[in-house]
Amino acid sequence: MYDPTVARLTYRALLGRRRAAILFVLPALLVVIAVAVRAFAGADDQVASDVLGGFAIATMVPLIGVIAGTGAIGPEIDDGSIVYLLAKPVKRPTIIFTKLIVAIAVTMVFSALPTLIAGLILNGNGQQIAVAYTIAALVASIAYSSLFLLLGTVSRHAVVFGLVYALVWEALFGTLVPGARTLSVQQWSLAVAEKVGGAGAITSDVGLPVATVLLVAVTVAATWYAGQKLRTLKLAGEE
Amino acid sequence: MTTIEIDHTSRWFGNVVAVNDVSMTVGQGVTGLLGPNGAGKSTLINMMAGFLAPSTGTVTLDGRPIWRNEAVYKEIGIVPEREGMYDFLTGREFVVANAELQGLGDAAAQKALATVEMEYAQDRKISTYSKGMRQRVKMASALVHEPSVLLLDEPFNGMDPRQRMQLMALLRRMGAEGRSVLFSSHILEEVEQLASHIEVIVAGRHAASGDFRKIRRLMTDRPHRYLVRSSDDRALAAALIADPSTAGIEVDLGEQALRIQAVDFGRFTELLPKVARDHGIRLLTVSPSDESLESVFSYLVAA
Repeated sequence: MYDPTVARLTYRALLGRRRAAILFVLPALLVVIAVAVRAFAGADDQVASDVLGGFAIATMVPLIGVIAGTGAIGPEIDDGSIVYLLAKPVKRPTIIFTKLIVAIAVTMVFSALPTLIAGLILNGNGQQIAVAYTIAALVASIAYSSLFLLLGTVSRHAVVFGLVYALVWEALFGTLVPGARTLSVQQWSLAVAEKVGGAGAITSDVGLPVATVLLVAVTVAATWYAGQKLRTLKLAGEE
Repeated sequence: MTTIEIDHTSRWFGNVVAVNDVSMTVGQGVTGLLGPNGAGKSTLINMMAGFLAPSTGTVTLDGRPIWRNEAVYKEIGIVPEREGMYDFLTGREFVVANAELQGLGDAAAQKALATVEMEYAQDRKISTYSKGMRQRVKMASALVHEPSVLLLDEPFNGMDPRQRMQLMALLRRMGAEGRSVLFSSHILEEVEQLASHIEVIVAGRHAASGDFRKIRRLMTDRPHRYLVRSSDDRALAAALIADPSTAGIEVDLGEQALRIQAVDFGRFTELLPKVARDHGIRLLTVSPSDESLESVFSYLVAA
């Protein structure tokens, strides 16, 4: 199910492109904000939760997910180099699964790790807030990666759609409109964080059982469908 | 021996028919797939390569369907036309990755690099390669597993004459070794120099099939049309029509010119200046009106 050669090519493609700069900029920004907030406001559980929930989970994690998820396959389909993977006796679902693992790993490293660092800076993990949001980021990394990998497989405009989803749906509707929150990766991951954090420190609109089912369902369905799409992929630029 | 069999295969995109009821067999030796741009060559190769499903009909490798069958890539090597190929890798890294995906190791990659004579530049990034070098590294990536079938889409595009000769020699060798090699081209001379067998595709249809002599004859025996302007069109017309190499002449009053249809190409090209000189007529314009490749091919469809 996992092909190390596909993984190596994907890592190098992901981290070697200019787009990868965003992978470094956003986490750096989070840490800078954390340092500034801590310096001006001191250690405060509510402020820590606001920063991690409002910027890290609502904005940074989905954006990193878009870059890593679509970037793991989209550019290869665009420039046609995916041919060299497809013209091999390697099962197409294996290619997708491997790329998913890479996208998840990259998203986790560039979103969960900075979230933990920022959390520790903000309030030294008081009320388990840093750890809770880190776990939320880890969980969300998996779901976002699979969703955006699918998007990268089916659409040539994956980055645009991904950004619209991440910024409009997750960051705006997911925060403001109650109904939309049930169908938001952000809220599902917060449901997990809610159980980890101290009482009342983190709240989610979705119960843990529903969130877990939806997280698993979305991840599995998106990955399966991406594998199917790759089996019948029409290469762009033909006649 | 490995054979690709295309049986009554069509492929359409929306309401555009790209390949129309084509049947052919690609066997041992070098086969040239000849046709003008947009004739459906790439669509046909993509179906043989398993990148595109036939809308109707079947495309098989020794009886096994190629579409949705990853196992065929153990026996097929593909050299795509497009340039996208992991430019951030070195040539060696790229070919090694291709070998690994075939379940092979560095030795196979090194052998393939030697076959295409790219060892001297194998540690440079692909982004620094010339078009011909990229083409050779693509070849190496397709040869790592020593496939019995090799498919190449417009492999000579953008190559200089020396690179072209080298690649031709390599493909000839592959064919002589008993592999089935198929390459597409829109240039007759390329196909003629290399292919022992030629399949002609025009407007999605299988127009002709055979060895190059047969195809060549079909192409040169066609009637040629010329547009001619001279100091005395009617006198020239009268003198030309007396010779059997001319089939018909029309005085085009709108264009102020003669439209001449010649049947014997070689003889007519000698006749025209001679007749003009003998009658003291000055030739002002002589232009072939149907030398475009499309019109050349269209004669084959009719043939």
